[in-house]
Parts: sequence; structure tokens; C-alpha cells
Amino acid sequence: MPPVNDPAERHTLSMLVDNEPGVLARIVGLFSGRGYNIDSLTVSEVSHASHLSRITVVTTGAPMIIEQIKSQLDRLVPVHRVVDLTVVGKAVERELALIKVRGKGEIRQEALLIADSFRARTVDTTLESFVFEITGKPEKIDQFVSLLEPLGLVEVSRTGVAAIGRGPEGM
Amino acid sequence: MMREMTGAEMVMQALIDQDVEHMFGYPGGAVLPIYDAMFHQNQVKHILVRHEQGAVHMAEGYARSSGKVGVVLVTSGPGATNAVTGLTDALLDSIPLVCITGQVPTHLIGSDAFQECDTVGITRPCTKHNYLVRDINDLARVMHEAFYVAQNGRPGPVVVDIPKDVQFAKGMYVGPENIQHRTYQPRLKGDPEKIKAAVEMLAKARRPVLYTGGGVINSGPEASRVLREFARLSGYPVTSTLMGLGAFPASDRQWLGMLGMHGTYEANMAMHDCDVMLCIGARFDDRITGRLDAFSPGSKKIHIDIDPSSINKNVKVDLPIIGDVKHVLEDILTVWRGMKAEPDRKAIASWWSQIDKWRARKSLAFPSSTRIIKPQQAIKSLYEQVKDKDVYITTEVGQHQMWAAQHFHFEQPNRWMTSGGLGTMGYGLPAAIGVQVAHPESLVIDIAGEASIQMCLQELSTALQFDLPVKIFVLNNEYMGMVRQWQDLLHGGRYSHSYSESLPDFVKLAEAYGGVGIRCSNPADLDGAIHEMLSVNRPVLFDCLVDKTENVLPMIPSGKPHNEMIMPDHPEALDDAIDEEGKMLV
Ligand SMILES: Cc1cc2nc3c(=O)[nH]c(=O)nc-3n(C[C@H](O)[C@H](O)[C@H](O)COP(=O)(O)OP(=O)(O)OC[C@H]3O[C@@H](n4cnc5c(N)ncnc54)[C@H](O)[C@@H]3O)c2cc1C
Ligand SMILES: Cc1ncc(C[n+]2csc(CCOP(=O)(O)OP(=O)(O)O)c2C)c(N)n1
Ligand SMILES: [Mg+2]
Repeated sequence: MPPVNDPAERHTLSMLVDNEPGVLARIVGLFSGRGYNIDSLTVSEVSHASHLSRITVVTTGAPMIIEQIKSQLDRLVPVHRVVDLTVVGKAVERELALIKVRGKGEIRQEALLIADSFRARTVDTTLESFVFEITGKPEKIDQFVSLLEPLGLVEVSRTGVAAIGRGPEGM
Repeated sequence: MMREMTGAEMVMQALIDQDVEHMFGYPGGAVLPIYDAMFHQNQVKHILVRHEQGAVHMAEGYARSSGKVGVVLVTSGPGATNAVTGLTDALLDSIPLVCITGQVPTHLIGSDAFQECDTVGITRPCTKHNYLVRDINDLARVMHEAFYVAQNGRPGPVVVDIPKDVQFAKGMYVGPENIQHRTYQPRLKGDPEKIKAAVEMLAKARRPVLYTGGGVINSGPEASRVLREFARLSGYPVTSTLMGLGAFPASDRQWLGMLGMHGTYEANMAMHDCDVMLCIGARFDDRITGRLDAFSPGSKKIHIDIDPSSINKNVKVDLPIIGDVKHVLEDILTVWRGMKAEPDRKAIASWWSQIDKWRARKSLAFPSSTRIIKPQQAIKSLYEQVKDKDVYITTEVGQHQMWAAQHFHFEQPNRWMTSGGLGTMGYGLPAAIGVQVAHPESLVIDIAGEASIQMCLQELSTALQFDLPVKIFVLNNEYMGMVRQWQDLLHGGRYSHSYSESLPDFVKLAEAYGGVGIRCSNPADLDGAIHEMLSVNRPVLFDCLVDKTENVLPMIPSGKPHNEMIMPDHPEALDDAIDEEGKMLV
């Protein structure tokens, strides 16, 4: 069987790109045009002076597809560098989420207790709602959200994954 | 050189500084300032086309036959959208182009202004790169960068979209001297360790094959020379994709013919049974591999390619070498000589005797006829009369294209232009015109089908206007023959809309344009008629009425491995060659 049918893996790719109009469209268009998955996408300028943005994409695919995605990204003209952080070694991956719950009485107490045990901060409070801020690995946030689900979860806003390699070297 | 000028003048100056001699275009409101700047100079000659798709194909033919960048100029909106087919064609076949498009003025962008379209949005997936120039101070740099990106690394089309106000604005022009791209610097030299490993694998091979492709042509004529040198030194057999024909001389004993779906039996069997495959600038396209899990199952594969995304895309290879064909092959030669590599001559001899047995199957044979012109015979007769001339061939898309690839033989690179990746009907005539612009003294022939030729036939008018005596050799089978063949193969011979109804009288049509029309239907008259075509120094449309029922063989049906080819001695096998899974494929 062609190796494309190998089991899918989850990889985090980080890239430095010229911060110019259309660069995000190029990257997103590449994923949709070639049928690759985007599980999460984070974009922000990291160097104002040199007009560089860092984009982090979490994607899933067979190893051969992941290799393809990396080479396809790498040949886009405004892309300076692409690193597969999953291959390079354990990277630090963090995501931030804002989560709103609504409720009264005991349910409120319960939500606060859970938030506390996840080290989430309360950033907005009314008599019938909270907004929590939590930072951590995506799985941790998933878990937090699922615990809040029965306690009046209203909405969730997540940043997507930011990632960086461990150790002294840059990408 | 720094000088103040308008954006439109900068465009022309940049073209001049990039040594552009010809461009292909069509005017409109959003590019009038550039046309005006063009009016004031006579270094760059402009070929006025009849449809923007034609302009892009002309630039492709020009580029592929000359090794230069092809240049296109079109207006905003419909001008840009008409160019899209050509741009996609150039992207898939790795042809270096710079296409300048006009755009509505910057303050109107996004307002659905007259003839506005999102050109960079539309062309993003069909160009190697594109630019929207909003600031006059970026224009000169972007123009030079566009030429750099188009021709370096894996070549491809680049669009530069210029709003009309930027064309009028004034700014400082910078020359190309100091423009170097910040990030895009493809590597040319292969990794020396890998080259050494490749030579070791190659020298030990007992059943080697060189699988060459369009990348050899892209790398330039020197690459073909080094390829020939390596083939001679090693004694190994050589095959090529449709895109690489001419890189290795067809008259050479080591030449196996084209491989793939309509390739020769010997080429495909050698690919299937080889123990070491050296892929040189080819991309394991599905027309080549057939069923992927049965593709050359026992071989170690080495892949030379300048584009890392071509590596392991469809087929996992054992030894990838990223680099330019010429550079890598030169290094392979040096290491081979340095190591005094000596292949196992006995093993190679017995490999050749196996190949000769496959050759003896004569997979390109076809029945002859004195009653009706066989399309294959038409190509052979044409070939016989022009082979000693300085000739360039372009094609449209369909059966005639495959017969041209099989029965016309090329000794040199850059002599064969065809739409391989996209398979664009309508490519051949404009491409031929572009070739003729680059090589005014040469013989240029578009081998066409009666359906394809109608897609860009209006460019005959361009040929007449600019005294470009291209020859259009139509294999008229009154069918979209390639479609009919697949309807035989997949749909029980139900020829749904594949008959070419209401054909024009091509002879009169040619005359209406001011060209020459010739018709031939009798095999006995064929040679004379071809001779007549060649003796006219004006555009000729040759309507060659051929057998309507002929199919292209041999053929690897889709979804089948290389060793299950349908051969001309058993054409009936076509009828139920493809299983349910294969039907999904194209
Ligand atoms: C009706 C029809 C039938 C067809 N049947 C066949 C068939 O039977 N057989 C066949 O072969 N084709 C056939 N084709 C063509 C086919 O679709 C592909 O276009 C073709 O096989 C691709 O050729 P290639 O692999 O040489 O790649 P190309 O498209 O020419 O790509 C070139 C490769 O070389 C690389 N490259 C470019 N420049 C360099 C450089 N300087 N150095 C190193 N590498 C470089 C590129 O990155 C790329 O990977 C058919 C097409 C049509 C329309
Ligand atoms: C623009 C475009 N539309 C449709 C097709 C699909 N197609 C491939 S070959 C073919 C028929 C070509 O007919 P003709 O030019 O007469 O060539 P023949 O196969 O008869 O030699 C068609 C419709 C295509 N390749 N390009
Ligand atoms: Mg036809």
C-alpha cells in the first residue's frame, strides 16, 4: 500500500514569514487547496523592525504528508523557515483560553473550585457569571472546558497553539 | 542606476534591463499607461494577440524553446481572468513567465470598480508567486524580483499586479544589479555525501534505468550534455517523460522511448523490473507510476530534484538529492570517474538482452493502410520530411499529442513543447507562434487535433499580422479522439458528445484568415501534400483526414501496474481493461 495510508500523526509546525499582505492567505490556501488539515493556527508579528511574523500550525497526517506539507510551505516565497517542532524534539506548547460560565448558587462554587485547581484566573465576575483565563497545553484546556460544560458553559475563545523549541537554539 | 520616472516607464525600463526582447499582450484601460510607455521605445517588441490565453501560451512556447523568461501584459478584470488557464499551465509544467496585469487604482480596490477582480487572490494558487504593487517605491524592485523568482529554482509563472495610479505615479527607478532575494535562494549543488552514495548504488546496479524528465530541460542544454555523457560512460538505458523528450537523443541505442501510460513496452518494463532507478528531474506523476503500490517494486530509487516538495510526494525514494540537474550530474560524473567506478558489465549486458526482448515486441507498431491515412503514419511521414531541418514541434492535447510523442523523434532539448501537466487543449497554436517569435528562421509545426485547434484558432490572425509562418498539422479524426478512447474503455463505447459536429471547412478558414489551407485524405498524396506545406513560407493549416477509429496504444490502463500494458497486437483488451477502482481515476 502507498505510505500515504500510514496512520496519521499530529505535528506542530512553526514558521517565520514576511509580514506582508496575503501571506496568511497563501498558507491557508495551500492547506485547503491541497486537502491538508489545520487543527490550530496562530499568527502574530514577532519582529516589527524586520517585518517578521511567526505562524504556528498544528496539523495531522501520515508522515509522508507531513513531510509534503513542510516542503510545500518552505517553497512559498515569503516563508523564511519552517521547523517541524514535533520532529525536532519536545517543544513547549501553550494555548490561552477565555471561558465564560453562567449560573447561580452551588454551581458557581463548583466552577470556582475547578478553576482554582486548574490555576485559571477569574478575569470578569458578575452575580451570575464568570470569565476564566487559562493557559496551558491544549489538552489541559480541553479538560477544563469539558469539566465546565455541565456547570453552565456559555462560550469559549481560544488563541490556538504557540510553540517554541526547548534549549538554547533558535529556529 | 537611480532615475525618476513614472511607474509605467519603470515597467518598460525593467523589461529592457532584464534583456526582454519580446512580450505578448493585449491592451485595456488598466494598462494604457504601460502601452503608452511602450510606444516611446523600440527595444522591446510587443506581439498583439487575439485572446489573453493565447498570450500566455505564446510566452510559454517562447520560454521553453529559448530558455528565457516569457513576458505577458494584460489588462485588469477579464484580461487577467483570461490569462488564468495559461498561468496554471505554466505552473504545472514549470515554465518561467512574468505576467503583468493592470489593476484598478488603489483607492478603488475592493469597491467592485469597473473591470476590477481580485487578481492576486485568483492567481495565488496558479502562480509560483504574485505581487500587488501598492507603492511606486516598490515597483522596480518587485519587477526585478519577479524575474528572479520566475527563473530560479523550479521555474514558474509570476504575476505582478499594478494599479493604474501606481503606473502614473513618479518614483525612483532602481536597476536589477543589487536586487537579491532575501529568502528565496534555492540550492543548486547536491549534498556531496549523497552524491557519493548515489554513485556507489549506481555502480553496483545490475538492472539500472535512468528515468529523466522536464527538469533536465529546465536545467538548460548543458544538463542534456552531461546526461548524455553519463549515459555513455555507464552504458545504462535511458527513458524520459513526455516533458523531457529531446534531452537524450532518440537515435541513440540506449534510448528506450517515452515511458508511462502511452510509453513503450521496453521503457515501462525496464522501470518495473529495474534494481536501481535514477530519477533525474521528473516528479513521479500518475501518468508514469500507474498503480502506486505496484510501481517498480524491487528497485532502490535515487531522485535528483531542485524542489524538495517533489521528493517523496507520490513515491517514497531511498536517496533524495536536492539540487539542479546539471550541477548534480556533473558531480556524479566527477565522483564516478574519481572512484574509477566500473559497472558489472556482464550483468548490464544481460539486462540489455532482456531489454532487447521487450523491444522486439514492437509496442509502437500499427497496421498500415493504403485506403485511409493512419494518424501514426501521418506523424511518421511528417517526421521523415522534416527531421533534417531546424524544426520545433508543439502540440495540442489528445491522441495526436501522444502519437507525436511516440512517432516524432527528438535529438535535442527545447525542440518539443507540449502541455503535459494541465493538458490544455488550445496550447499548441499560440505556443508555436511564441516559438516562431524566438526562432524566426526555424520551421515550427503545431501537431493538432480538429477539436483542440478550435480553442485558440483566432491566434492564426496574430501569426499573419507578424509574419510568423507556423504550420498547423491537424490530425482530423472528427472526434475528440482521446475522449472517445476513454469512452471505449470505461463507458461501453457510448460516445456521448465526443463527435466533432459541424466542423468548419479548415481550408477555407485558413484562407479567410489570409493563410494557406491544404487538405489531404489519400495516403498516396500525403508525402506530396506535406512537401507542399513545407514549401510555403506563410502560415499553413493542413487538414489531414485520418482514420476515425484509431486508439493510442500501447496503454497502461489507469489503476494498473507497468507490466499489465495493453499492446497493439491485442487491442481488444481495451474493452474491459479497467476495474471499478480504476474508473475513479483519470
Ligand atoms: C493526454 C496526456 C497523456 C499523457 N501521457 C503521458 C505518458 O504516457 N507519459 C508521460 O511521461 N507523460 C504523460 N503525460 C504528461 C504527464 O501528465 C506529466 O506532465 C509528465 O509526466 C510530467 O513530467 P515530469 O515528471 O518530467 O515532470 P515536469 O512537470 O516536467 O516537472 C519537472 C520536475 O523536475 C524538477 N526540476 C525543475 N527544474 C529542475 C532543475 N533545474 N534541476 C532539477 N530538477 C528540476 C521539478 O521540481 C519537477 O519535479 C500526459 C499528458 C497528457 C495531457
Ligand atoms: C481545455 C480542455 N478541455 C477539455 C479537455 C479534455 N480533453 C482531453 S483530450 C480531448 C479531445 C481532444 O480532441 P482533438 O483535439 O480532436 O484530439 P484527438 O484526441 O482527436 O487527437 C478533450 C476534450 C482538455 N484536455 N482541455
Ligand atoms: Mg480529433
